[in-house]
Amino acid sequence: MYNLKWILPPFLAFLAILTYPLWSGPKGAMPELAKPKGEACVESATWMRANHMQLLDHWREEVVRNQSRVYVNQAGQRFEKSLTKTCLSCHNNKQEFCDRCHNYTSVKPYCFECHVDPKLSEVSHVQ
Amino acid sequence: MKLLAPLVAVFALAALALGGAAAGQYYLLGVVIPYVAFALFLFGFSYKIYGWAKTPVPFNIPTTCGQQKALPWIKGNELEAPSSTLGVLGRMALEVLVFRSLFRNTKANLEPGPDLSYESDKSLWLFGLLFHWSFLLIFLRHYRFFLEPVPFFVGFLEKFDGLLQITLPTFYLTDALILLGISALFARRVISPKMRYISLAADYFPLMLIGAIALSGMGMRYLHKVDIALVKTHIQGLITFHPEAHVIGATFYVHLLLVSALAAYFPFSKLMHMGGVFFSPTRNLANDSRVNRHINPWNPQIKIRTYADYEADFKDKMKSAGIPLDAD
Ligand code: HEC
Ligand code: HEC
Ligand code: HEC
Repeated sequence: MYNLKWILPPFLAFLAILTYPLWSGPKGAMPELAKPKGEACVESATWMRANHMQLLDHWREEVVRNQSRVYVNQAGQRFEKSLTKTCLSCHNNKQEFCDRCHNYTSVKPYCFECHVDPKLSEVSHVQ
Repeated sequence: MKLLAPLVAVFALAALALGGAAAGQYYLLGVVIPYVAFALFLFGFSYKIYGWAKTPVPFNIPTTCGQQKALPWIKGNELEAPSSTLGVLGRMALEVLVFRSLFRNTKANLEPGPDLSYESDKSLWLFGLLFHWSFLLIFLRHYRFFLEPVPFFVGFLEKFDGLLQITLPTFYLTDALILLGISALFARRVISPKMRYISLAADYFPLMLIGAIALSGMGMRYLHKVDIALVKTHIQGLITFHPEAHVIGATFYVHLLLVSALAAYFPFSKLMHMGGVFFSPTRNLANDSRVNRHINPWNPQIKIRTYADYEADFKDKMKSAGIPLDAD
């Protein structure tokens, strides 16, 4: 073996970084989500888990561009296409529902820079 | 054939994953194959490094593109012809981070006449750089699945990668750039007859495989969505050695199988240039052959006898014969 003093330290560091997730100790599990109000979601829960952002995108498009504000789901139920008024009326605990799951998966929607989380605005009224 | 075989191989892998998912082989696809692939990667990579570490370098053979350090009044070029370890580190860093040697790439043109002309060709450098950096950033972004809590740099990268804030989930710039880069690197091999002539299946396969990985990943993000939270739970299970099979969309298993294939194939392919670049004597040797003697480690041990030794042995005889001694 030649030049070990140049080869070994960087190579071991490479291996250590690469395998860091394996030896860096226990990881957090998927956090518990707050229970939503109501019986069922807009669409089936499995579908929502994967596709809710695209549903929201679709809603936004429809409302802002086409003035179409009513969504009819697979089961024929009608919903207003609204982030705050629809989603957050049942999922009324955004911090412990949307945010918890988003933190776990490192998603940071910028929607609430403009849209309102009713719970937060109540708090600011009290203060 | 050189093009068809790798194409078929990539499609076969994708079809295997689709078939496996349809047949409910979630444990095989989601647990067994990723573990085996990662083990092969670690073992193969280490083995290659070991092989290179025990190979001696017989000569001092840096390639230099600048003035060597010489007399005090001649300006030496420390990065192009490094004379010190620091200079070598600088040159290596430039090579690895910005592909300096590709920047000097030239292209030969045969024009009617016939005239042979050479011109600078920076396309390989540009698309290579786009491809590699996009790949690195995409790889780093995947740490949102590997670590909990998610490390700080992931959010930072996501923010800048998603700067355009178009589509939901937010469109990432690196996704477009990696496709652009890899398509250009592929086109480069097939368009020019000269390049096509020297390209082998082993050149096309990594390009196609990585292209397919990028496409399947994007498909999973933008088109055929999967439950990302469940994906993370699955991967957390793998890395804490409590693996469980999960029913996640087939796109995920296609992506995972292709990535596993890449990881397993990596150490045994040209892709090992990732480790190999650090072992290139033309890059990692200082251009100091006039200052330091490079000893070939495989030279046999030759017993040498200097004149001083000789003289010491025959001192008395030489003296009596009246031969002058150096020692006096
Ligand atoms: C009528 C009340 C209601 C509305 C409106 C509603 N949800 Fe739901 N949502 C629920 C219920 C109840 C569940 C749990 C369903 C289950 O577990 O079967 C749920 C589940 C979910 C889940 C899956 C969570 C999990 O358990 O992993 C997501 C994601 C979600 N909703 C997002 C949304 C979004 C985004 C909107 C707005 C487009 C929305 N929901 C509107 C009631 C609602
Ligand atoms: C720059 C401020 C801004 C941001 C950021 C923003 N929106 Fe909106 N959004 C609006 C405005 C203004 C409307 C129009 C409200 C109306 O017509 O009722 C709207 C309407 C909507 C609607 C339909 C109406 C309603 O009551 O919700 C949806 C759905 C929606 N946005 C989703 C989103 C999502 C999802 C995001 C994040 C990815 C987002 N928006 C980010 C400003 C914003
Ligand atoms: C079960 C986990 C989960 C829950 C609960 C959840 N989300 Fe998400 N959400 C995700 C994931 C994962 C993504 C990103 C998908 C991706 O990266 O492909 C996402 C993406 C989004 C996006 C697009 C953001 C972007 O920049 O790409 C919006 C908007 C969003 N979610 C809104 C909501 C709202 C509003 C709620 C609560 C009503 C909610 N989500 C609840 C998992 C969840």
